[in-house]
Order: sequence, then C-alpha cells, then structure tokens
Amino acid sequence: MPEPSRESSRLPQVHAGFIPLVDCAPLIMAHEQGLDRKFGFSFRLHREVSWANIRDKLDIGAFDCAHMLAPMPIAATLGLGRATEPVIAPMSLSLNGNAITFSRSLYAEMRACDRAAMQTGGMAAARAVAEVVRRRQAAGREPLTLGMVYPFSCHNYDLRYWLASAGIDPDNDVNLAVIPPPLLAECLKAGRVDGFCVGQPWNSVSVAQEHGVIVATKNELWPLSPEKVLGVRETWAAQNAELLANVVRALTLAGQWLDVPDNRRAAAAVLARREYIDVPAEILLMPLTGNLKRGGEEADIADPDAVVFHRHAANFPWRSHAVWIITQMIRWGQAREPFDMLGLADRVYRPDLYRSAVAGLGIRVPEQDLKPEGRHDATTESAAPPGAFFGDGVFDPKGALSYLKGLPIRAASADLDAFAKCNG
Amino acid sequence: MIDETPLRRAILEEGLKEAGFSNVTLLESAAGLVEQIYRVDPDVILIDLQSPSRDVLEQMFQVSRVVRRPIAMFVEKSDKATTEAAIDAGVSAYIVDGLKKERIRSILEMTISRFRAFDRLRSELEETKTALKERKLIEKAKGILMKSRGLDEEQAYALLRQTAMGQGKRIADVAEGLISTFDLLKK
Repeated sequence: MPEPSRESSRLPQVHAGFIPLVDCAPLIMAHEQGLDRKFGFSFRLHREVSWANIRDKLDIGAFDCAHMLAPMPIAATLGLGRATEPVIAPMSLSLNGNAITFSRSLYAEMRACDRAAMQTGGMAAARAVAEVVRRRQAAGREPLTLGMVYPFSCHNYDLRYWLASAGIDPDNDVNLAVIPPPLLAECLKAGRVDGFCVGQPWNSVSVAQEHGVIVATKNELWPLSPEKVLGVRETWAAQNAELLANVVRALTLAGQWLDVPDNRRAAAAVLARREYIDVPAEILLMPLTGNLKRGGEEADIADPDAVVFHRHAANFPWRSHAVWIITQMIRWGQAREPFDMLGLADRVYRPDLYRSAVAGLGIRVPEQDLKPEGRHDATTESAAPPGAFFGDGVFDPKGALSYLKGLPIRAASADLDAFAKCNG
Repeated sequence: MIDETPLRRAILEEGLKEAGFSNVTLLESAAGLVEQIYRVDPDVILIDLQSPSRDVLEQMFQVSRVVRRPIAMFVEKSDKATTEAAIDAGVSAYIVDGLKKERIRSILEMTISRFRAFDRLRSELEETKTALKERKLIEKAKGILMKSRGLDEEQAYALLRQTAMGQGKRIADVAEGLISTFDLLKK
C-alpha cells in the first residue's frame, strides 16, 4: 500500500476493508486517483481474506467502512452472526459481477441431459442441473457439492434461487459448502466441488485454467441486480456525517470513472497489483470488459454490464434490493425472529444519505426509494426487458410477504405466519 | 487450532498444554475442514485471522446438521473487550456448547498473549535479518573503497560514516548506493 504523502497525512484517515474481488475497484481507484484527497480525507485500505474479518473489524471499529456483500449490513443490523453493531448501506458499490461456474464433467452431464436448456442458458440451464440431480438420486450416487463464499451473500441466494426454480431443494438435494474464493478454482480442479457461484475474477480464473464452464452470469438471471455495498456502522455514520458524505462522493466518482470503457484497462493494471487483487490483469479484463469466455460449447459472453459501477443508477441503494435480500434470509431460515421487512430495509439502506451526498455533483438520482425489480425503469436507464427478474417477471417490494408465500421451496424453519403479523 | 504458521502453532500448543489443556489438535489448512472438525469434536476452535477458512467455519452455524454439537461465536456483549483484543491480536475463537465461561476466557487470554508474543518474535526476527543484510552491505562497500582508494578498513568505514552524516542518510543506505554505482561503472 502506498504511504500517504505528507499533505494527506494531515487529512482524516478513513480505514476501509476490502476483499480481493473485481468489485472492490471503486475503493482502490478512489484512492489511486486521489479522489479521497480531493474530498478532504485519505483512505487507508486493508486487504482481508474473509468476510468474517470484514464484519468483525467493522464491528469493533478497526475499520470505518468496508466493501461488503449487500446482505451483510442487514445481517449485522439483525444481529445475525457475531455482529453487535448495526450497519447501514449509504450507497451501492456495484451491480452484477457474479456467475455460476460448473466443472467440465458436470457441464458435460448437463448437456447430455438437456442440451436445449443449456443452449438457452441463464434460468433455463437450471433445468439441466435438476435433471442431473434427479438421475444421480435415482442411481444412488453422491449428491452434487456446490460452493459459495459466505452465507449472507447474493451468491448464496442467487445459487439457491436458480436451483429452486428448477425444483431442487438447496438444503436437501445438494450439498452447499462455503469455500474461500481463492481456493474455489483449486477445489474445482481437485474435484472437491462440482461447481460454485462466486464473484469475478474467480469464474474466469477457472475457465482460464480449463477446469470450469460458466453456465450462467448474474446479469442473465436478474439484470442489474444488487451485489456489493459500502457498509458503515450506524453510529459512525451519525457521528461523521460530513466525512461519510465525502466518502460517498469519492466512491461515486470512482465508479463513474470505472464505467468509462477506456478506463477499465488502466483499472485492471492497478487492481492486478499484489496489494490489491493479485490476479493477472488479462484475467481481470475479462469481467471488466464483459468479454467472458464460457469455456463450453455455448457462445462466449459479450456483456458490457457484466459488472456495473455507476451506470444505471448503480450507486443508488435501492430499498427494494434490501427487501428482496430480506425475503431470501427469511426463505432460507437465516432470519427467524419476525420483524417488519420494509422497516428494516428503511433503516439499513439509506438512499437519503446518498441523495444528499451527491447533490451538486451533476449525477442523476432516482426519485423513488423502491422500485418493482425486473421492470423497465426510465430512472435507471435500464435496458432490462420486462420479466427479467429470475425469469419470474417482477418483484414487488410492497408485496414481499405474498411473494415469499408464492415461492416454491423454502427452509422448513421459515415461519411465514409469524412474519405476517409484523408485515400487514 | 487452525493456524497456517508452524512456529506460532508450536508456541500456542505449548501455552495451551502449560495451562492444562492437553488435548490440542492443530489443523493447518482448509482442506476438509468441516470433516476434520466433526472428527475431532472440539470444545473450542481457535482460528488465525489470516486464514481464509474463517468463512468456511462460520457456515457451520448455518448448517448445524454438519456438526454434532452447536457452535457459537465468542462471545456476548459483556465480553466485547476480550473479543476486540482477540481480533486486534489476529485470532478468533468459536465455542462449542457446554464449556464454562471462565475456562473459555482463560483460553482466549492465553491465546491472545501468545499471538502477541509471536508478533514480537517475528518483528525481532525481521530486525535481525535486516541488521545482517545491512552489515553485509557495509562490508562490501568497505571492500570497494579499500580496493579502489587504497584505504584500510578503518579509514573506509570512517569515510562511509562521514558521507552518511553529511547526507543525512544511514550508513547502510550509503553503502548500498556505492555498491550499485560501482556495479554500474563495472558494466
């Protein structure tokens, strides 16, 4: 990490934790481009190896803010896991960026089961894996083992959603295991997992090593969906309102810079460094340019929205994202004590802070805090076609409970009647 | 105990044994972690914060059927200071149901102090290594001066020291600069 210059050493220091993933880029680039100093503070960046470390160090105050999985502030505020301090999300850092990658042999099995589903890809590919699961069960073979990186992550919810859409119960029909991202490629190679859902660059690393095939990207499942947010302690935000606004400004402008296609090559060179992601720039460029090799028979991906840092109102912390995440926590039995879903979303996701921070920067900001997910929306400049929400049509955040009731598979411990009492 | 640093593992195991915890199992890596923990069936799990396996370990709270007894994280709000000290020292603890709280605290306190002792040891080692490297540089620079300017060892050292003082630099830095300049001229 570069030592701060003499001038910046007088600026307030903001300690920020990050995990080496492509979507930590706004923090890194805000610092490298001097946007932090421009807004009167200096980032001290801390590379971490586990989400548990990020959670704990933010919780005890070793960090002021952190690159977080979108569900983590909600989990912290609910007091799930070890967190003792409520955490809020004053902005989103990125949309999309995840993918589901399977081993070559599982991919071949899926193609043998349902070639048409594999060619359609995205949600349809889940039908092929469901057929593999059924055939394995019938033959008395070991269930599939699928990896993800943290229980309170969109990777976990995406993978579960995708499997459940094809009738697979993720808690009983397959083994879901947590595996640290840098070990996933190795585990796939060694056959310890059959596939995984993880953020980039780890999907592209497996494809480059010729052990993995990308069977679905997040943008194919739910275009412009939530992924990483900035997490800060609720108390810190209240005590450092102006400093936080400056952090949000610097990160928003870093996201804007990152979304200029010509800048992504320069970003890849910086992110590749040992103190940041420590993965070769040419691999980081795949997700950053959206030119993803699938590694299988299907056409490679050319998707400029493979990971989004600013466009499509990407930095706006949509409360509808929070509500959807909360529904998944309930669905899979992570959040059991009933509470008001919209109330929690309001407390944790703070579009009010984002709006006031970026006012005057010339950035277009949505007027609503919630939106129906999956519907074309002019305020997000979104090109998403109707029905682009996990192939199900639209998620209405104001009808979260009936949405939950309509979902086909959920954990046995999910008590929707209890939640009905708090969500009129 | 899950720790990828062999020396620290040894230090910690010794400490635990001295404190009367005789049944200590050391795990090096994430490979088959859940299965290993199931087999060992521990009362307390200590993990180095530099281990990416923390997230693996925590999944066991989510998937309780993997382990026989429930595991909880250390510890309640009343013990926040200890938790903070542990994180600061670079270690985290997980407690399996059924162990007395005082006993847990003594294990954790011992672990924290051993982690800190290891850190001190490591920085001393780094300092020793640096000192050794610097001494070699100075020896080499003295040799160059003795040969090229016909000085004796004492005069060569005095010249280095004088130059360093004049430039506000450390002797080792002056020596390093001299060596690289000498190498350049040679080529």
